[in-house]
Amino acid sequence: MNRYTRRTFGLELVMIGIALVVAFPVYVLVNLAVRPPSDTSSPLRPTLAPTLDNFTQAWQQGALGGALSNSALVTVVSVLIVVAISSLAAYPLARVTARWSRGVFLLIMLGLMLPFQLAALPLYQTMRDLGLLGSAWALVLFYSGLQVPFTTFLYIGFLRALPRDFEDAASIDGCTSWECFRHVVFPMLKPITVTAIVLNAVSIWNDFFTPLLYLSGSTQQTVPVAISGFVGQYVSDWNLIFAALLISMIPILIVYFALQRSIINGFAGGLKG
Amino acid sequence: MVLFAFVVLVPSARGVYYAFTDWDGLDPSFSFVGLDNFVEMTRDPDARQAIWHTLLIAVSITIIQNGFGLALALGVNTMIKSRNLLRVFLFAPAVITPIVTAYLWRNLLAPDGAVNSLLGAVGLDSWQQNWLGDPDLALWSIVGVIVWQFGGYSMVIFLAGMQSIPKDIYDAAAIDGTGPVRRFWSVTRPLLAPAFTINLMLSIIGGIKLFDQVYALTGGGPGHATDTLSTLIYKDAFTLGEFGYSIALAVVLTVVVAVASTSQYFVLARNERAAS
Repeated sequence: MNRYTRRTFGLELVMIGIALVVAFPVYVLVNLAVRPPSDTSSPLRPTLAPTLDNFTQAWQQGALGGALSNSALVTVVSVLIVVAISSLAAYPLARVTARWSRGVFLLIMLGLMLPFQLAALPLYQTMRDLGLLGSAWALVLFYSGLQVPFTTFLYIGFLRALPRDFEDAASIDGCTSWECFRHVVFPMLKPITVTAIVLNAVSIWNDFFTPLLYLSGSTQQTVPVAISGFVGQYVSDWNLIFAALLISMIPILIVYFALQRSIINGFAGGLKG
Repeated sequence: MVLFAFVVLVPSARGVYYAFTDWDGLDPSFSFVGLDNFVEMTRDPDARQAIWHTLLIAVSITIIQNGFGLALALGVNTMIKSRNLLRVFLFAPAVITPIVTAYLWRNLLAPDGAVNSLLGAVGLDSWQQNWLGDPDLALWSIVGVIVWQFGGYSMVIFLAGMQSIPKDIYDAAAIDGTGPVRRFWSVTRPLLAPAFTINLMLSIIGGIKLFDQVYALTGGGPGHATDTLSTLIYKDAFTLGEFGYSIALAVVLTVVVAVASTSQYFVLARNERAAS
């Protein structure tokens, strides 16, 4: 089992074959995105005279620059708020065993179960009354509230497994509970913080339904909504659409390949809790 | 905490209340109609179909995606040289925006799209289909797209589970002379129970709530052949203005998610205990 045999080599070929099949859509995506609209040959044929015209055109007409910066802003601010609130909330919840902390914990579990569709429409009305509809800040507010229960849950699971000795030592040395959290507990939470950042950032960046509801018709778009509007507008101009899709993927893929180890461990690790 | 109450708990509670009204989303004067929305649902063929599609999609994604993910994990968790590279590549689709991959696939699966071209190129012309336009096939095309995107996700979770299994157990099994199949069934499978729990929960809940991919790939069509609860909720509220009815559907969705996840949780937790 621990030697590289002929059978291992066969398995290697099979796995690479599967990977190629999985990668096939990406090949077509790139191939068509660099192809001038006049070229109507099969989508499988490599494009011999690649052009970047589709990208410049998609970039200008789709207002993708604005959408990318909106998405980045919403994601970064929301994740910061979520991590700050959740880690602070989880600490007393995991350490204090009073009855109210159990009540709050159950409330958070309830929040995890409720599908967002139930809250979406009444919240739509509230946002409208507050004049937040169409503003990126509505999304920040929304995601902060939505993701906090889940993230707190992650932190509580991690904190319960963490020994209290360090905190006890710190408080004997005269730490206030805030200093204790800031300098002793939070640094120890680093693995779960990475997980929380990764999971929240991916789900917020990729979310389509919420901005579709709360930003529709406004000039402040996030990437998924901008792409959807773009597809609606250039229905049959697939070379242009593919260029736009590729532009929207590139930032994610750069971050993913740069940080792949922590991202994959983040996905796998947090879900163990 | 206040924020959480503001965006999740209060609107959800109001949602449950609206489910019993004929609110149209704008008019502040609406009346309490009791169970009318739910009664209408049992008569509405679209709603019945949507519930059926939702369950069908959730169950088939759960089975196929996890089967595929498990097979990939078993393949990658070996001595092959490309294992790290494969892990990174196979997981990559899972981080890409679902709506973006769905638009990509809408073109690939079009009658003159790349999938049919590929089938033609390898001589399988008879397999060419109108993948999204055929009412009998469209639902399965959607399932296929999701398996493509999230198979690697399941794989990563299974892999994490496999890597936490101590090597000694396999050595012991090898000394006892067990073959690879027996080794998988009697050693790997029971020790993967936590990974199974997570994967099955994620895919069934994700499947039940599915919206983006259906919206982008077929819009619920052709006809209503691929409408799920989520797309119907969206359509009823924002194109038909039937907010009360739409929220009643959302209540049904909530109940389905709650029942599916709690019952699954208890069954799997029992299996986990039995396995350990």
